[in-house]
Amino acid sequence: MFGKLTWDAIPFNQPIPFATSLGVIAVIGAIVLLVLWKGWTRYLWDEWITSVDHKRLGVMYALLALVMLVRGFTDAMMMRSQLALAAGGAEGYLPPEHYNQIFSAHGTIMIFFVAMPFVIGLMNFAIPLQLGIRDVAFPVLNSVSFWLTASGVLLVNLSLFIGSFARTGWLVYPPLSELAYSPDVGVDYYLWALQISGVGTLLTGINFTTTILKLRAPGMGYGRMPVFCWTALASNLLIIAAFPILTATFAMLLLDRYLGFHFFTTDAGGHAMMYINLIWAWGHPEVYILVLPAFGVFSEVIATFSGKPLFGYRSMVAATMGICVLSFMVWLHHFFTMGAGADVNAFFGVMTMIIAVPTGVKVFNWLFTLYGGRVRFSSPLMWALGFMCTFVIGGMTGVLLSIPPADFVLHNSLFLVAHFHNVIIGGVLFGAFAGYVYWFPKAFGFTLDERLGKAAFWCWLVGFYLAFMPLYALGLMGATRRMQHYHETGWQPLMIVALAGALVILLGIVLTGLQLYVSIRTRAARIDRTGDPWNGRTLEWSIASPPPPWNFSTLPQVQGADAYWGMKQAGREAAAQEPEWQDIHLPRSTPVGVVLAFFATFAGFAMIWHIWWLAIVGIAGLTVTALAHAWRVDSEITVPARDIAEHERRRQRP
Amino acid sequence: MSLADDLTTPVEGDEDKTPYSERGPAPVDVVAGFGFWLFLLSDIVMFSAFFAAYAVLVDHTAGGPDGLKLFNRTYVLIETMCLLLSSFTCGLCSLAIERRDARGTYLWAAATVLLGATFLGLELSEFSRMIADGAGPTRSAFLSAFFTLVGTHGLHVTLGLLWFVSMMAQVATLGFRPIVVRRLLCLTLFWHALDIVWIGVFTIVYLGARW
Repeated sequence: MFGKLTWDAIPFNQPIPFATSLGVIAVIGAIVLLVLWKGWTRYLWDEWITSVDHKRLGVMYALLALVMLVRGFTDAMMMRSQLALAAGGAEGYLPPEHYNQIFSAHGTIMIFFVAMPFVIGLMNFAIPLQLGIRDVAFPVLNSVSFWLTASGVLLVNLSLFIGSFARTGWLVYPPLSELAYSPDVGVDYYLWALQISGVGTLLTGINFTTTILKLRAPGMGYGRMPVFCWTALASNLLIIAAFPILTATFAMLLLDRYLGFHFFTTDAGGHAMMYINLIWAWGHPEVYILVLPAFGVFSEVIATFSGKPLFGYRSMVAATMGICVLSFMVWLHHFFTMGAGADVNAFFGVMTMIIAVPTGVKVFNWLFTLYGGRVRFSSPLMWALGFMCTFVIGGMTGVLLSIPPADFVLHNSLFLVAHFHNVIIGGVLFGAFAGYVYWFPKAFGFTLDERLGKAAFWCWLVGFYLAFMPLYALGLMGATRRMQHYHETGWQPLMIVALAGALVILLGIVLTGLQLYVSIRTRAARIDRTGDPWNGRTLEWSIASPPPPWNFSTLPQVQGADAYWGMKQAGREAAAQEPEWQDIHLPRSTPVGVVLAFFATFAGFAMIWHIWWLAIVGIAGLTVTALAHAWRVDSEITVPARDIAEHERRRQRP
Repeated sequence: MSLADDLTTPVEGDEDKTPYSERGPAPVDVVAGFGFWLFLLSDIVMFSAFFAAYAVLVDHTAGGPDGLKLFNRTYVLIETMCLLLSSFTCGLCSLAIERRDARGTYLWAAATVLLGATFLGLELSEFSRMIADGAGPTRSAFLSAFFTLVGTHGLHVTLGLLWFVSMMAQVATLGFRPIVVRRLLCLTLFWHALDIVWIGVFTIVYLGARW
C-alpha cells in the first residue's frame, strides 16, 4: 500500500532531525493558524497564490530564497561547529551518516533553492519593468515555474522528516549514488526534487528569453536595453542550453536506480565518468546562470549611485555574451584529475584562464563608472563595492586552480571550498542582496532601514573573510572537503576562526531579518511617493511604487539608453499632456500553477517511496489539470480606462 | 515572418523606417511561436545528451549483442518512411488549418496520427522482440543507451499523438479561434521536430551500426 514507506522512516531515535521536524511543523502550524485567525486565506489565494503577475511572483521567489537561506545556513553552522570540535580523537556531535547528509543538503539547497530562486525572483520583478512592458511573454507559465520550484523545495525539506537525504555530495556522483551503494531514498529525494524544479527553471528560461527578445517598449532596441536585461538574456539562454542536459543526466541515473539500466553502474559496461562529464556540462554554465544576473544588478547599482551612465556599455554587453559562449568550454576543469590526459587538461586550463578576461573587462568598467562619479554610499552600493573586492580574490584563486598541476594538489581540498564560496557568496549572494535592497522600495513603496542594512552588510563581509580565508590556508595544509573529523590538531585553531566567521554571518542574517521587521513597522515614516528613491536611470523608476498591476499606463517611448534618465533630463514628463487613456488587458489569475505543483509533489513523493498507485494518481492529476487549462477561453481581464486615469491622477497629486 | 522580425534593419520596400528591434512588443502569434521554437531547441539539447551517451556507450556491450546483431535495416527503413510521410501529411494539415478548412484538418490529422501510430507500433514490436531475445535495456550499457534514446523519441511521438487528438477535439469544440490556431502551429512544429530527431536516430543508431 505505501511502498517502502514505514514508521521507521520517521527519525524518532535521532534527536536533531526529530526536534527540528517538530519545530518546523510547529512554525508552519502557527503560520496557518495565524492566517486562518486573521482571515487572510482569501487574500492570499486571490492576490498571491493564484497570481500570474510577474511582480508578485518575483516577491514570492525572493521570499522562498530567504527562507531557504536560513535552512541552508543552519546546515553550514552545523558543519562549522562540528569541525571546530572534531579534532584529534574527538568525533564531534554529528555522526558521519548525518554529516554526509548535511553537506549534501547544504550544497543542493544553497545552489538550487537559494541562489536560483533569488536570481530568478529579481529577474521576474525587474525585467518587464526595465523593458517598459506589462508582463512577461507567458505569465501563466511563469506561475507554473514558481510553483514547480516550490514543489522541489518541499520535497527536499520533507527528507528531513520522512526518510533521509542523499549522502553523496551535492551532485550525487555515481557509482556511489547508484542503487548498489545508496539503496535508501536519499538520492531519490534529490533526483525527483531537482527534476521537478528543473522543469520550472527551464520554463523560466524560455519565458524570459522570449520576453527580452520579443517584448520591449517601442524604441528600446538592443543597444538601449539596460545591462541587467542583457545579463538576464545571457543567463536565460544558458538555462535553455544547459538545463536539458541536467534533465537527461538525472533521467539516466533514475533509470539506473529504478529499472536496472547500466548507464553509470560498475557492471555491464556502465561508465560513471560519463556522468561527471554530463553533469558539469550543465554545472559550469550554471555558475554563470547565477552570476551573470548578479553582474547585471551591480551594473545598475553602480551606474545609479555614481550618477553616471555605465562606462563601456558595449564592452559590457560583449563581455556578457562572451562569457555566455565560453562557459560551455570549460567544464572539464572540474575533474582534471580524472585522467583525460595532458593535452585535454591543457586545453581546458587555458580556456578557464581565458574566461577570466571578459570578467576582468567588467570589473574595470565598474571601476571606471565609479571614477569621477558623484558616488553615494547607500547600502546597494556597499554590497557592490564589497563584491568587487571579494569577487576579484575568488576569481584569482579560480585562475590558480585552472592550472592543472596546481589543481592536482588542491583538488577536493578546503582550498576549493573556499574558492567557490568566495565567488558564489561574494558574487551571487552579494548581488542578490544588492538587488533586494535596490528594488525593495519599488516593490513595496517604502525604503529599507539604511543603518541596519549597512550593519548587515558589514557582518556579511567581515564574517565571510573570517569564515573562508582560514579554509584557503587549511586547504593548502592538506585538509580535504566533506571531512567529518580530523586527527591533525594543528588545524583546530583555524577551524575555530572559521566558526567565528560563520557566527558573524549569522549576525548578518539576523540583522537582515531585523531590517525587514523594523522597516515594515516604521514604513509610514519611510514611504516613497516619488517612485524614484535612488534617482534612477531605467524605466522601472518612472512609475509608481508599488507599480499598478498593469505597470505602465501608456507604453513608454524610448529615445536612448538609460531611458528614464533621458526623460528626466528632457523634462518630458512634466510637459506631457494627459494622454487618452485606453483599456488595458491583463492575464487573469489562475490556480493552474499551484494545482500542477500539488500533483507534481505527490507524484514525486510517490516515486521516491515506490507508492505506484499514488504516482499514477499524481500523473493523472497533472494530465487532467493541463487538459482543463487548455480548454480555457477567457484568459484576460480588462482594466477600464477610467481606473487607469484615476490611478495616474492620484499619482500626480502631491 | 518571425525570422524577419529579428533583423534589426528593415527589409527593402518597407514603408516603416524604424528598425525592427525598436518597433515595440511583437504580436502574440510571433511571441507564442518564438517561445515554442525555444522549447524545441531545449528538447533537442536534451536529445543531444542522450545521443552523446549512446555514442560513448555504443561499444560497451558487456559481452552481449551489438547493433549489428540486433538491427534490421529494412524494418527500420519502413518505420522511417512512416514517420517521414507523417511529416508530409502534417504539412498538408497545416495548409488546411491555414484555409480554416475543418474537414481537411481532420482528414490530414487522422492520416498523420495513423502513420505515427504505425511507426510507434513497429517500434514497440521491435522493442518487445529484442527484450524477448534477452537484449533488453538491463543487458548492457549499450542497450540502456539505445532504449533510452530511441524510447525517449517514441515517448515524444506518443505525446504528439495524444496532442493531435486533444487538438482535434479543440477544433471541434472551440473552432479555429486564434488561440487554437496558435496551438495547432506549435503542434505541427513539434511533429516536424520529432522527424529531425528521428533522422539523427536513423543515421547514428541504425546506419551507424557497424555492418
